[in-house]
Amino acid sequence: MRLERDYYRNLQIKTSKGRFHKEKSKILWFLLPTFLVMTLVVAYPLIFEFVLSFKRVVLQNLRSWDWPNVGFDNYKRIFREPIFYKVLGNTVLWTVINVSCHVFFGMGLALLLNRKLPFKALIRLILILPWAMPEYIVALTWKGLFNEEFGTINVVLKTLFGSDAMIPWLSDPKYVFIASIITNVWLGIPFIMMVCLGGLQSIDKEYYEAAEVDGASNWQKLKNITLPLLKPVMTPAIILGTVWTFNKVNIIYIMAGNNVSDDAHILVTYAMKKAFNNYNYSYSAAFAVIIFLILALFSSTFIKAQKMNQVR
Amino acid sequence: MRNSYFNKNSELTNSYYYRNLDVKNSYFDKGDSKIKIIIIYAILILACFIALYPILNIITISLRPADKLLSTSLKIIPDNGSFDNFIKAIKKPEFLTWIKNSLIVSLFSTVCALTISVMGAYAFSRHKFRGKKMGLNLLLLSQMFPAPMIMLPLYILMTKMQLTDKYAGIIIVYIASAIPFNVWLMKGYFDTIDKSLEESAYVDGANLLTAFYKIILPVAKPGIAVAALFAFMGAWSEYIIARVLLATEDMYTLPMGLVSMQGDFTTQWGVYSAIALITAIPAMLVFILCSKYLVGGMTAGSVKG
Repeated sequence: MRLERDYYRNLQIKTSKGRFHKEKSKILWFLLPTFLVMTLVVAYPLIFEFVLSFKRVVLQNLRSWDWPNVGFDNYKRIFREPIFYKVLGNTVLWTVINVSCHVFFGMGLALLLNRKLPFKALIRLILILPWAMPEYIVALTWKGLFNEEFGTINVVLKTLFGSDAMIPWLSDPKYVFIASIITNVWLGIPFIMMVCLGGLQSIDKEYYEAAEVDGASNWQKLKNITLPLLKPVMTPAIILGTVWTFNKVNIIYIMAGNNVSDDAHILVTYAMKKAFNNYNYSYSAAFAVIIFLILALFSSTFIKAQKMNQVR
Repeated sequence: MRNSYFNKNSELTNSYYYRNLDVKNSYFDKGDSKIKIIIIYAILILACFIALYPILNIITISLRPADKLLSTSLKIIPDNGSFDNFIKAIKKPEFLTWIKNSLIVSLFSTVCALTISVMGAYAFSRHKFRGKKMGLNLLLLSQMFPAPMIMLPLYILMTKMQLTDKYAGIIIVYIASAIPFNVWLMKGYFDTIDKSLEESAYVDGANLLTAFYKIILPVAKPGIAVAALFAFMGAWSEYIIARVLLATEDMYTLPMGLVSMQGDFTTQWGVYSAIALITAIPAMLVFILCSKYLVGGMTAGSVKG
């Protein structure tokens, strides 16, 4: 009796396990839509772009689909023109200044906030607001603030230092670039601050108590406890921030508008402008391929460096 | 000997006791002197002012009466401030078209992106298969491409398929741009749900679809809600893709409309600010409510990847 029952029970478990595995393998079908959309909208266009970069496509022959092959002409043209090096330099400046300001101010504010303070929640809420604002509205708003006649910044400069101190923020490419950096620094601080606050809260208070017993100064505590323990949280955030900043189109594209010279642009906005304002599609495609190679180089070096660190 | 040990010990516990008491009673950390606290507040208040000012500035301009738009006054609440600009904004016919377009595009892309990415995330979370890690990493990698890289070939392909200036064209791009983050977010959420839940459902004879639909989805509701909000907000506040794919003013979404309004800044600055506020405030509220998940989702994704 009992044996029989056990036998059937085992059988039941066995078959249900088999069913389970069978059902589980059907799960792969769930991936199909994701795969299709990503292939169609991301992978295929990327390959297509690579092909485009070896053709000559401008507004006049865009609709004909009969584009002449030009080999490496687009690339040669890019490397021959001085504007490429100017824009590349801008991109490096843009990324380095932005990310270091984000990290410096973001971490600074997080360290200040990571203590008992009345109204702490309110202050944190206000400080996140720049991140919560839609990016294009941020760009438009700051464009208003930088308005040469009526914008707050020039009005303040004028009342403080007289009308000589007013700065042509939106007409001189140099100042357009500076104004864009200021805007983007404002925009990017909250992200680093939030990540950093999360990291700080996860640090065990006992480390600090032990350090206090040993008579460590505040600076020593920061250098030897806080910063090393923040590193695993901050590193991915900083990589992500760097890539985002490198790729940020909205701010400069809106700030610079259509009518400024190319001097204020970074790689991505320049490529956008060449494609959609100057209708030079294949040239822009070649540009995009170069941007891709730069990014790939950056990420692979970074991943390698990180792996080396892990081994150590 | 024993006595001294005892004394020392009690002294230690005493000092600990008092220190804890001290911390409990004060509003501040014990290490912070008065001057330090004043400096900290000064810095934080300055930072709050800088963070708030641009937003206050939009509010100021939106409240200004039409004849004072170009004033150089720095007052936050302008003299004779009124809500005229908001009324004008709501009565503006283009504004209603923009909102309609934005709603259609955002809602459709949210629903589709969510369906697709929830399914994908479930497979990534529950099944071991070859190329799983690579698939997840590729999704992450796609987030690192600059927009124009994809936009340019997409634009050309879409002109060929005559999808530019149509809802369908822009919706499919928004779907694709929402998928990677949503898959990562939802995969993280599914990972926290115990596998035995479905396993017992299978034992009871449920098939994959019913187990997924009846057991997993209800449990995953909070995660799905967050993913939906992000997908919606992403589409609601997107400008560059819309700029490339939409041409006629009838198709403009809110961001497109706002940027185009800013072209004739002098005439409509007040109305522009009113619309910017109406658009931004819901987005900001949603964002603040979900920001916790955003930080978690992003850093978790890159740490594990």
